[in-house]
Amino acid sequence: MGHRLIRNIATAGSVFLLGAFVLSYAAQASGDKTPPPPSRNWSFTGLFGTFDHGALQRGFQVYNEVCAGCHSLRLVAYRNLMDIGFTEDQVKKIAAEMEVQDGPNDEGEMFDRPARASDRFVKPFPNENAARAANNGAFPPDLSLIVKARKDGANYLHALMTGYKDPPADKPLPEGMAYNLYFPGSQIAMPAPLSEDGVEYTDKTKATVAQMARDVTTFLAWAAEPELEARKRLGAKVMLFLLVLTGLLYAVKRKIWADVH
Amino acid sequence: MSAPKFKNPIVRWIDYRLPVFTFMQHELHEYPTPKNLNYWWNFGSLAGIVLVIMITTGIVLAMHYTPHTAFAFDSIERIMRDVNYGWLIRYVHMNGGSAFFIVVYIHIFRGMYFGSYKSPRELLWILGVVILICMMATAFLGYVLPWGQMSFWGATVITSLFSAIPVIGDWIVTLLWGGFSIDNPTLNRFFSLHYLMPFVLVGVIVLHIVALHQHGSSNPIGIDTKGPQDQLPFHPYYTVKDLFGLGVFLVLFFFFVFFAPNFFGEPDNYIEANPLQTPPHIVPEWYFLPFYAILRAFTADAFIYWPISWLMSAKLAGVLAMFGSIMVLFVLPWLDWSPVRSARYRPLYKQFFWLLFIDCFVLGWVGANAPEGHFVIIGQVATAYYFGHFIVILPLLSLFEKTRPVPTSISEPVLGGGGVTAGATAKPREKA
Repeated sequence: MGHRLIRNIATAGSVFLLGAFVLSYAAQASGDKTPPPPSRNWSFTGLFGTFDHGALQRGFQVYNEVCAGCHSLRLVAYRNLMDIGFTEDQVKKIAAEMEVQDGPNDEGEMFDRPARASDRFVKPFPNENAARAANNGAFPPDLSLIVKARKDGANYLHALMTGYKDPPADKPLPEGMAYNLYFPGSQIAMPAPLSEDGVEYTDKTKATVAQMARDVTTFLAWAAEPELEARKRLGAKVMLFLLVLTGLLYAVKRKIWADVH
Repeated sequence: MSAPKFKNPIVRWIDYRLPVFTFMQHELHEYPTPKNLNYWWNFGSLAGIVLVIMITTGIVLAMHYTPHTAFAFDSIERIMRDVNYGWLIRYVHMNGGSAFFIVVYIHIFRGMYFGSYKSPRELLWILGVVILICMMATAFLGYVLPWGQMSFWGATVITSLFSAIPVIGDWIVTLLWGGFSIDNPTLNRFFSLHYLMPFVLVGVIVLHIVALHQHGSSNPIGIDTKGPQDQLPFHPYYTVKDLFGLGVFLVLFFFFVFFAPNFFGEPDNYIEANPLQTPPHIVPEWYFLPFYAILRAFTADAFIYWPISWLMSAKLAGVLAMFGSIMVLFVLPWLDWSPVRSARYRPLYKQFFWLLFIDCFVLGWVGANAPEGHFVIIGQVATAYYFGHFIVILPLLSLFEKTRPVPTSISEPVLGGGGVTAGATAKPREKA
């Protein structure tokens, strides 16, 4: 009798705990106010996903002409652009458009020179204070890792750049802020960055807001994970090798244990 | 024990003076092992292999890493971008931490289910708990090194806990920080200790294995081996079985490394540490979440805090409970003194084992979420249950549980126990 009672208590306990599990999940799902960004198809997701090189180069153009005014990309070097299909000469030209401080020279003086392919992307502001002073007190974050540094990064970026709306009447915005549902708290200091035909694509693609958002997100996904293609390629080989090896080990194990069973 | 004859004269020459080959012959080759071990017994050697992977990748990472607040974050990105195969080494190390805990948690739950901690293996179990504590310290220290937002704020939360200790608490915090806030001295000492701890770990693991080889592995039936008919030499039977298990593990492990390397991580840790900006949710790595939930369960108005509220602050109670949740494992062999080891012959214990298992997941789930709404009370109940399992349920089961008849021998488990019922309930040995 006693045993059955304890067993019933145990069963009741597990039902309670499982219920708690489900409840806490529901609580979490309803508690979050910022909507999750809509899922989009990206060429670089999935087991064999690779970057679309056309999108990468267009995305670089968008970054360079639009984002780079405020956002640094300090972990990427100009030479890295050769990985997304720019030639060495093109990269040298892109780098040379920017000035970097170098030195000291033989006279002990610091001097400015055009950037080289080996330099990292030149920052738009020399420091955080300068960036805040120029941006109404807000600090535009570095974009090198932004896709990895946000949950569901690629979808989030795309949703953010295309998600600007007029604020609801009952929620007046402070001076200099914009309304964006996908930004936590829905008030963002960055004004809508993309506008129709904001860039003139060199490959004649029509520069819609959605197209530019897509391209620059692809570019920033590459900037965050430049190793992605090499990683997945090597991964496929390693998996194949390990599956064969494990299969062989299983056969050997069966053989060795045959006399025990 | 006569020294085995080795054919190779050089081996013989060395072994006569330094018996390493005899030692290996005894401990890795002939070492008698129960013949009925199932695949849950793979996870011990697997954990050892993961440690070797962690130490090798860690040594290489340390060659490229800079333990300075101004350079740590960038030096890791340099490893990811410019060091040859740096991304691979770093992702193996990063995911290796998670893999280590998965493997070790399975190893621990296996020990609990099959009563591996019972006489004469109490010290073996206690050394295992010491290993767990060393692992946790190592993982915590290591997570601070990339100097991301979660590194910094996780370190802030955890080190500040020590300030709850009366009298010497603040002194301990200053010692941990190497100053009056988390800064460069903290990062420097954490790096030094993170490099030291794995070798401490190796030392304790050697003792763990010495203790294991004294009485040999336990087994799923939980009865002692009665002689050679119940045993197999470790090599080749268990070497090949462990290798096959390793293969399966590596397939899963490298799937994450190559195709979902940041699955176990927090996006916030790709933002460089900023002491002026607190992230909205500070969460530890997943393997600490149950303990984090226990820590936060002790609020000023929690029902589990009420009985001890006259004695200490809620913060101190939370800290003591968090450490206590591991400390209680040290005395597990004496909280459960039922003579039957394996849960297979303990119908009630088996159910409570699974309840504890679920409870740990509930605690982890609570730990992952902000302490509001349902999570508060669920966390408190789950915490109470965790301690209740060890302190109340296990002693009661030891006193009152009616266990099933245990087989008399590993070789013939079905014939053991006497009577038809025993034959029906006692399962034949696991098909390996």
